[in-house]
Amino acid sequence: MAEQTPFTVSAITQKIKQSLELEFPSLAVVGELSNFKQHSSGHLYFTLKDEYAQIAGVMWRSRVSFLKFKPLDGMKVIVTGRLSVYEVRGTYQIDVATMRPLGAGDLQMAFEELKRRLAAEGLFDESRKKLLPEYPERIGIITSPTGAVLHDMLHVFRRRFPGLVLVFRPAKVQGAGAAEDIAAAITDLNEYKNVDLIILARGGGSLEDLWPFNEEHVARAIARSRLPVVSAVGHEVDYTIADFVADLRAATPTAAAELVVRDRKAILEVLANSRYTMHQTLASRISMSRKHIQHLLKSYALHRPIDLLRQHSQHIDELGRAMSMSLAHRFELTSARLKGIDERIQALNPVLVLKRGYAIVRKEGAIVGSRARLREQDTVEIQFSDGRVRSTITDV
Amino acid sequence: MAAKKQSAGTPTFEESLRRLEEIVNQLEQGDVPLEDSLRLYEEGIGLSKICTQRLSQAELTLKKLGKDLEGNFTLTDEEPE
Repeated sequence: MAEQTPFTVSAITQKIKQSLELEFPSLAVVGELSNFKQHSSGHLYFTLKDEYAQIAGVMWRSRVSFLKFKPLDGMKVIVTGRLSVYEVRGTYQIDVATMRPLGAGDLQMAFEELKRRLAAEGLFDESRKKLLPEYPERIGIITSPTGAVLHDMLHVFRRRFPGLVLVFRPAKVQGAGAAEDIAAAITDLNEYKNVDLIILARGGGSLEDLWPFNEEHVARAIARSRLPVVSAVGHEVDYTIADFVADLRAATPTAAAELVVRDRKAILEVLANSRYTMHQTLASRISMSRKHIQHLLKSYALHRPIDLLRQHSQHIDELGRAMSMSLAHRFELTSARLKGIDERIQALNPVLVLKRGYAIVRKEGAIVGSRARLREQDTVEIQFSDGRVRSTITDV
Repeated sequence: MAAKKQSAGTPTFEESLRRLEEIVNQLEQGDVPLEDSLRLYEEGIGLSKICTQRLSQAELTLKKLGKDLEGNFTLTDEEPE
């Protein structure tokens, strides 16, 4: 038998390459990752294996940026791509276009891995958390344009604090491209600026449904946000990466609405209390000043220009009238509810006069209303707002 | 922050409420001259009125944030239902 014409190594390799690459222009392979390496160039190199065989794989850097998770040795993955032959080394490999983890257990692993990595970076630190404004007036909401989430939240807002402006940025909240859209929505609201905080909301769903909220894209966007972010994803039991990075986690979307705005009934009560306190304080000051002037008129009438005092008296009366006019038009006093405050005001009354620099003079326990009652060398007690002193009269 | 930006013009709800608290405290402490007290009182009543009005506003406003072709933000009214 005549010898076959030998191939050159290059020629045979070329033939193998052609036949393999033509045979498998597109394929999907399930396997376990091993020997996973990210080269400094950004390309990923790894081996896919099962119990009986293995095959090399490569993922070029341009594809790596689309990865939804961080691959680790031992993970079961599905890859898609094509078969390619690397002539220089005479090897074949899968040129991987996409890779995704297989099964819930693997998602859990990806979750734990990202959580660990971001925690190590300090993204979950309490010191990073921004305070929410106490009385937000404009609220940015990121959620699905379809579904009940927005509707349920509106219901709570309307009940608690109806005068709000809600700025809704619809976003895709599950499936391919959702994480990118959510991240873009957070960036948009930050650029738009004119909201006091952001609520990131999604209704309940499976681990796969909630997955976008476990992606690094979203976590980074939340961390970058200058506006406080409240996460409200899924049900009470669902914790996502977004929850850990957010400034506040609400168990559900409606819980988020409850958390960020106060109940207007409580605020209305605070307002009524304020009006009542202001009124009581001022009314008691005016009445005390009036009494004081009357007292001065009696005791100092001979030593001071009486007109000046009368003018004071008239002025006080005018202030009193101005106030009752305001009262007549502006108040309904809700006294029963505000009894506690009333008592506080009453307790304040005697102190007010003394605090303004007046003092009470007593001789033998009785208030001295006139110098006529005093003789040289008398001992008197003077009461100030902060205590009493004893004093001797030297010049009458 | 948005709340801060508005403070040049109309005070925010939060700013009004804080000022009201301040006024009530000043009046309670009793060391303000009487004329000033009346002025504070008037201001306080005015603020409480503004805040009460804000709270009584029955309409919730829902706006949708979008972008036009040039990438500028647009706000469209949505029926809050």
